[in-house]
Amino acid sequence: MYVYDEFDRAFLQERVVEFRDQVERRLAGELNEEEFKPLRLMNGVYLQLHAYMLRVCIPYGTLSARQLRALAAVARKYDRGYGHFTTRQNIQFNWIKLAELPDAMADLAEVVIHGIQTSGNCIRNTTTDPWAGAAADEVEDPRLYAEVIRQWSTLHPEFTYLPRKFKIAITAAKHDRAAIRVHDVGLRLHKRDGKTGFEVMVGGGLGRSPYIGKTIRDFLPEEDLLSYLEAILRTYNLGGRRDNIYKARIKIQVHEMGAEAFAQKVEAEWAEIRDGALKLDKAALDAIRDRFLNPALEDLEDAPASLATALADPDFARWHANSVAPHKAKGHAIVTLSLKPVGAPPGDATADQMDAIADLADAYAYGEIRVAHEQNLTLPYVRQKDLPALWAKLKAIGVATPNVGLISDIIACPGLDYCSLANARSIPVAQKLTERFADDARIADIGRLHLNISGCINACGHHHVGHIGILGVEKKDEEFFQITLGGKGNSKARIGELIGPAVSEGEVVDVVERLVETYLDLRTSPAETFIAAVQRLGTDPFKERAYAPR
Amino acid sequence: MPLVKNGAPAEDIFTAVADDAALPDGPVLVSAERFLKEADTLVARNDEIGVLWPNARDVAELKPYLSRLSVVALTFPKFRDGRAYSQARLLRERYGFKGELRAVGNVLRDQALMMARAGFDAFAFEKAADAEAFNKALATYSHFYQPTGDGRATARDVRVAHAGPAPVEG
Repeated sequence: MYVYDEFDRAFLQERVVEFRDQVERRLAGELNEEEFKPLRLMNGVYLQLHAYMLRVCIPYGTLSARQLRALAAVARKYDRGYGHFTTRQNIQFNWIKLAELPDAMADLAEVVIHGIQTSGNCIRNTTTDPWAGAAADEVEDPRLYAEVIRQWSTLHPEFTYLPRKFKIAITAAKHDRAAIRVHDVGLRLHKRDGKTGFEVMVGGGLGRSPYIGKTIRDFLPEEDLLSYLEAILRTYNLGGRRDNIYKARIKIQVHEMGAEAFAQKVEAEWAEIRDGALKLDKAALDAIRDRFLNPALEDLEDAPASLATALADPDFARWHANSVAPHKAKGHAIVTLSLKPVGAPPGDATADQMDAIADLADAYAYGEIRVAHEQNLTLPYVRQKDLPALWAKLKAIGVATPNVGLISDIIACPGLDYCSLANARSIPVAQKLTERFADDARIADIGRLHLNISGCINACGHHHVGHIGILGVEKKDEEFFQITLGGKGNSKARIGELIGPAVSEGEVVDVVERLVETYLDLRTSPAETFIAAVQRLGTDPFKERAYAPR
Repeated sequence: MPLVKNGAPAEDIFTAVADDAALPDGPVLVSAERFLKEADTLVARNDEIGVLWPNARDVAELKPYLSRLSVVALTFPKFRDGRAYSQARLLRERYGFKGELRAVGNVLRDQALMMARAGFDAFAFEKAADAEAFNKALATYSHFYQPTGDGRATARDVRVAHAGPAPVEG
């Protein structure tokens, strides 16, 4: 992973001092809440229903074991002993006191992590493939460019008070595991004539007006990455709407102008700055590339005998089938740790679990951990021969539920249990669903199925791109849930279709189960996935059964 | 409005003049509309001229007049409305404006350094305490990642000048 240099560390110390001063001025009444709000937000501090929430930035989802231990320590010292991993590869602490925030920040800065730009109308944490650097299907490691963007976007003097938040995601693999088409800017790294560059998409996003990003450039050479992003951001900063918070994202600007007109404006702006100080020549890229320490992987053979033996155990085989992914290096594997045990809030980890995972990362995975946007953790460098031993230890700490990519691997926002924006509680619905779909053999038979839950139209739980999406709404002071079908977040991203009237909390699990049963009845074979069946059949047969009289 | 200019408290010698009022002697600050309508007369006066430019209007319209303008005042109706940062960079870095670039409106110390990096050199603060804290606010950071036209050394400059030790696990 990228190792901070003296410059990065000195910058971060300055940030800690600045924030401490701002909190002191707030507590002394020199700053009113309106003035303080954007300052705290820029440090990841929200005021939630019951307490302040601190969202800590995990740049492109990459953590060292030491950093994970520091997060565990913060969870214990300042919070209630757990943290919540988010869809943007960050972690949230829900019960921090304002007066203690500067100390928590200072503790995190010791291991060079922070809350900078995890909130506010600025450029947020750039997210990427949690398997970056390890995935068998990637063209090149996208983390270099994510780090380049991190540095450029950190406290950018021009783009810190944008019309609205701005999220960039980047992928370099055939399969998009970063949901780039539902980001304000999506970057797909690819090669043309041996040169590295990017397909640039703009204006994707979820929320109350979901859009799939539009490609405005097929190939942007790597050296032009920052000048092109600056041109996009400037076009947005000057022209994006500020009259209505719900119309302020770049997706609305792109939609209202038309992607072509937007692209022309960006290209005209870019022509003015492309040969300026932002040019990423080899020296500029190498200075950052050289600070990535990547593990020296051993020369191993695929499918070692010990693994073959272990696969005879059906429990291990089931976990292996959905939690272990192919690696670019022979004899290695990528392991996903499910943070979706039956009956628990999706994406939560206790301080003890974090410490234990850090130890296991040190012992088995070169001390590196990734956060995946599905709210799971990943160990990207595991020797295949170690898989059986690792599995046993992961099981012992409750992070080896064999449900990765399956129906109970639910993405959910914190919902009305924590969030002041929510209309409904997401977590109890997720918990009930995991209980209904608790049988490992049954969910394996159902196969790949993404179920996403948002507690309000802001769509933090990405319900629009769930194969099954659940959206909490309020009707006459009661929580109801709309169900969408057929959404996808990958390279063929599409927005799910609403199948009918919202149902009560008591009904939602039954409706989901009927959708699943419909699929099981109608699939051509177990090889046809849920989403493939929805696409083949359309939503009608599902609607009929979902709302069947009971 | 305590004014800070080039890092020190300064007296505002410009009189803001309403669109329908007669021009007094001495330096004046007029609206964008009045300026564009009467530009030729205004820049021909012997006194300094400044323009208060709204943040929704393209600063390229000012290009023909920039060498004759003493002040361009860019507005922050709310400090959260950051359009003027882009306008400032365009005026300085693309159109070569050398006069006073003044931040007016909801101008607070916590944004002063970013404004300075974007090219502002004069700040009409709302609070006296913020004006007093100006130099401290500008010293909040000495490390900057991205280049602007302000001449401050960036991460890249520092790294190229002093290649640090090889990275070790931190």
